[in-house]
Amino acid sequence: MKEHTPKDEIGLFTKKVSRRNMLKTAGVGGIGVVIGASGFGGLLTLSEQRAKGQTKDIVPFYGERQAGITTEAQDNLYFASLEVTTDKRSDLIQLFKDWTEAAAQMTAGNLIGEASLNTNMPPKDTGEAKELSPSNLTITFGVGPTLFSKDGTDRFGLKSKRPAELKDLPKFPLDALEDEWSGGDICIQACADDLQVAFHAVRNLVRIGRGKTIIHWAQTGFQRTKQADSQKTTPRNLFGFKDGTVNPDTNDNKEMNEHVWVKAEDGPDWLVGGSYMVVRRIQMYIEVWDRTILKEQENTFGRHRDSGAPLGMKNEFDTVDLEAKDPNGNRIIPEDSHMSLSRGDGKAKILRRPYSYADGMDPKTGSFNAGLLFICFQRNPSKQFIPIQERLAKNDKLNEYIVHRGSAMFACLPGVKKGGYIGDSLFG
Amino acid sequence: MKKAKASLAVLLSTSLLFGCAQEKEGTKPADDNAKEASASKLDDVSSEYREYAIGEIEEFVDATEEFTTAVSAGDIEKAKELYAPARMHYERAEPIAEVFGDLDPKIDAREGDVKDEEWGGYHRIEMGLWEENTTKGYEKYADQLMSDVNLLRAKVETVEVTPDLLITGAVDLLNEVSTSKVTGEEDRYSHTDLYDFVANVEGAEKIYELLNPALKEKDAKLAAEIQQRFDDVYGLLEKHKEGNGYISYTDLKESEVKELSQAIDALAEPLSQIGIVTEES
Repeated sequence: MKEHTPKDEIGLFTKKVSRRNMLKTAGVGGIGVVIGASGFGGLLTLSEQRAKGQTKDIVPFYGERQAGITTEAQDNLYFASLEVTTDKRSDLIQLFKDWTEAAAQMTAGNLIGEASLNTNMPPKDTGEAKELSPSNLTITFGVGPTLFSKDGTDRFGLKSKRPAELKDLPKFPLDALEDEWSGGDICIQACADDLQVAFHAVRNLVRIGRGKTIIHWAQTGFQRTKQADSQKTTPRNLFGFKDGTVNPDTNDNKEMNEHVWVKAEDGPDWLVGGSYMVVRRIQMYIEVWDRTILKEQENTFGRHRDSGAPLGMKNEFDTVDLEAKDPNGNRIIPEDSHMSLSRGDGKAKILRRPYSYADGMDPKTGSFNAGLLFICFQRNPSKQFIPIQERLAKNDKLNEYIVHRGSAMFACLPGVKKGGYIGDSLFG
Repeated sequence: MKKAKASLAVLLSTSLLFGCAQEKEGTKPADDNAKEASASKLDDVSSEYREYAIGEIEEFVDATEEFTTAVSAGDIEKAKELYAPARMHYERAEPIAEVFGDLDPKIDAREGDVKDEEWGGYHRIEMGLWEENTTKGYEKYADQLMSDVNLLRAKVETVEVTPDLLITGAVDLLNEVSTSKVTGEEDRYSHTDLYDFVANVEGAEKIYELLNPALKEKDAKLAAEIQQRFDDVYGLLEKHKEGNGYISYTDLKESEVKELSQAIDALAEPLSQIGIVTEES
């Protein structure tokens, strides 16, 4: 993606790195040595501007809404929940400005920062995404309830702006939440078709934030790659079942407006065009599942494993009839199956965008440390995720095989137009 | 000890960094004067740093003398008391002290850093004092340590301090904190890691102070930010003071270790930009 012709290079050289600027950034010391060693060719590699008109594998960063919500799920995720350590509002605003600029560069496949020739300083960009395709990188920013107030303190003059919906989720039955996997002041969700690209994005944003924010928790996630599944069928979770069959259609604006995007009538103006993100880190008892008979596995999900079809049906997208009964009068799809309970009356929908995770072995038990980083988006958590999860937490058959270890809610900010910055509606 | 990362920086002569100014004397453009001025300012800083480091090494010699005397005399309690404060002088001056790739491991190697039969120095004696609670059999290590430290003092005179050394040295000191002190691996028997931690930070701060006038001219905001982050780190360390020293590493909570580690990251990030002082204004 980053090939440029000699013509581009000359153009860029004269435009982006004028000799005057070059000397200025090169410094008194380094320059003689650098030029002597490698000539101007070496300098040119520092300007990594993409040739104009190339849009392959690029998801636009600027726009009315943030990318990474209705964007078709990329292959990989790197998710970071941050704590803000500065107590200055001006620091926070500057940080969002710097992040906006860097995120726009990185999603376009560029390196961040100006090229500096001063070898006495670390490079601005950490470099591991150089030469890589933009990989459909999206970077989505959200703010957590604790950014607005923490322990009763109005940290940044935002307390009165906190939407009523943005708060810790209620404690659900069987929750085994751990602080180290819960909450956060700000989240950065980076999704890309390449994990190195996603990691590079979060790493550089965290680096920019160093001294103002710290990582509270972070998680990588994956699903089957598009390369491995050229048909783009519904991805399977680590239990081997298709996950996300009845997701609302992200191409259907009406459905997205109804279920995902916050509207003016929903709450604070600053969040209109944004969305509430719920994150749950759900550990899967892999070994326990592996020794569960197929019939039980299928009754747990309410679907056939191979086809993904609702129990009793042939195909994945066949109409679900929860009331259907077998000749003995028993429900074909058990009432306590994951599908039955998730669906409820079918009115409340959430946009699920989960990723699996595999973090090696649990040193305590020797078992796999793996599961699902469940992520979903919605307009109104108290009418969408919360009632669904209440039903699941009480009765879901799946609870024998999973445990919720982490939980967080973030308000994903509206998108930003060029010249603005992420969060400008909140801080402005 | 810093593994075999023998400081190339010191071997580079100043003429590499400031070469252009010196070579073009015949056809000197006007602003070369400015370059020369800036270069000579940095040279002044380098010699000031040299004095500081030699001062620390001198105190290290004295403190090591007391420490090894206590070991040889079998005074375990006194030796334990002297161990951590003595090391602080070495840790402050580490960018210079570790230049001598042969002496650094002799003085400061930890168990496993070198072959067992070659292992001596401070940490070897530390193991005797805290793990075995004895000085018996350690007299020879004390003697060897003293002679190595004396040799260090003699050799240190020959070190040429360059601006490069300062620029990398400040962050290197904090990297030492990040990779061995904050993890409790440095003083694994005595758990006096916080002393080394503080000394490394102080050593880095000294370099920052010396470069600060030049830095302020280039980027006053960066200079202020670095100062703020030093203050943050000292603020955290203050909480762990006990008497004249610091609490045991083992008394730190996990969350406190993380807090210290992240504060070092927050400091080292802007400090790594200090090379900006080599740029012409």
